[in-house]
Amino acid sequence: MAAAKEIRTQIGSIKNTQKITSAMEMVAASKMRKAQDLMKASQPYAKQIRNVVAHIADANPEYRHDYMVERDEVKRVGYIVVSTDRGLCGGLNVNLFKAVIKNAAQWRDQGAELDFCALGSKAGGFFKKYGGNLVAAKSGLGESPKVDDLIGSVKVMLDAYDDGRLDRLFVVYNEFVNTMTQKPVVRQLLPLSTDIGGDEQDEENARPGSWDYLYEPDAKALLDNLLVRFIESQVYQAVVENGACEQAARMIAMKNATDNAGGLIDDLEMVYNKARQAAITQEISEIVGGAAAV
Amino acid sequence: MANSFTCNIVSAEASIFSGSVEQIIASGQMGDLGILPGHAPLLTELQPGPIRVIHDGGKEENFFVSGGFMEVQPDVVTILADAASRAGDLDEAAAEEARQQALKAFNEKSSELDYTRAAAELAEAVAQLRTIQQLRKKAGKG
Repeated sequence: MAAAKEIRTQIGSIKNTQKITSAMEMVAASKMRKAQDLMKASQPYAKQIRNVVAHIADANPEYRHDYMVERDEVKRVGYIVVSTDRGLCGGLNVNLFKAVIKNAAQWRDQGAELDFCALGSKAGGFFKKYGGNLVAAKSGLGESPKVDDLIGSVKVMLDAYDDGRLDRLFVVYNEFVNTMTQKPVVRQLLPLSTDIGGDEQDEENARPGSWDYLYEPDAKALLDNLLVRFIESQVYQAVVENGACEQAARMIAMKNATDNAGGLIDDLEMVYNKARQAAITQEISEIVGGAAAV
Repeated sequence: MANSFTCNIVSAEASIFSGSVEQIIASGQMGDLGILPGHAPLLTELQPGPIRVIHDGGKEENFFVSGGFMEVQPDVVTILADAASRAGDLDEAAAEEARQQALKAFNEKSSELDYTRAAAELAEAVAQLRTIQQLRKKAGKG
């Protein structure tokens, strides 16, 4: 019966693991709802500021901000990589890093150098191993990240852009398509591309290049502040969206783990019953054999 | 509809207000501004303070913003507030306490203090009080 006992302990330990994974699944499900609420709550601001910046890009401002001018030569490219702080969320981070590397390889082939800013400890760990030039890192954002937490890291990248140490800036994060699907996206932040996805509805009364705002107090100070705010809000949006993705991915990963554990338990129970049956059969045949010998 | 335009007030955390309005009075960086339909495109920074929104039909509503930006297009006004709340939700006692605290922090020269931050907090508390008092005055009149 030694084999049977071993199998029984194994079943017991898998059952414990299954309990843990199913608890984690439920926790992730409830956190996902919160993260989704957070994501939805910050969407209006991100959308409106995108509209405003799209208008500015359409206008013919007296002052062309540095962020709006395409630079001829791209010598250095920056990436803000938004990852999770914790693991056990399936292929979420791995897929994201693959997307970064693929995009970065294209720039490297064109002779550009790369700088990375890691948000979330997984990205930090990855770039330490991968060997990218990590210029800023921030982790421990928690479940409800604040804009204030991000300002520092974003500022590092913006300062680098202002000084001409970066010629292009991307943000990389997971887009929340639905609970089952998260898609890694690489979005260009700087320079502001003409197609930043403002509202299309006022296409017909768009008068590109023929008008300008009145500015109060003056265009330079205002646009400086507004565009920095815009970048921050885009990064913040990326972070909260990635947060919702994390919980969704974890929920799915834990659901799969729970199902797999169930499968394993079924298989092992089958093996256990067979072993038990074999032992009984053997015992009976021994007794019968013994009786016949007498 | 010629007498009205769309107004969107959003803060980083939520959408505060969206609808058709007749007039908006906001406190801009260079003073208060009244926006009527068909205003020329304008972009301004907002100071902490009240935003008065006059709805279609003359009903008035107050919002409080602690800074942000306002974009004016002829038929749509977008207010990107740093933090916004309906003025009715403001608590005078809390605002007064915040003001006292900010003043105290401001006056404590010995401590290593971020003066710009204290000044900003003070301005915000004062603006909140201003909003409440404005509301109060109106309520007294009406």
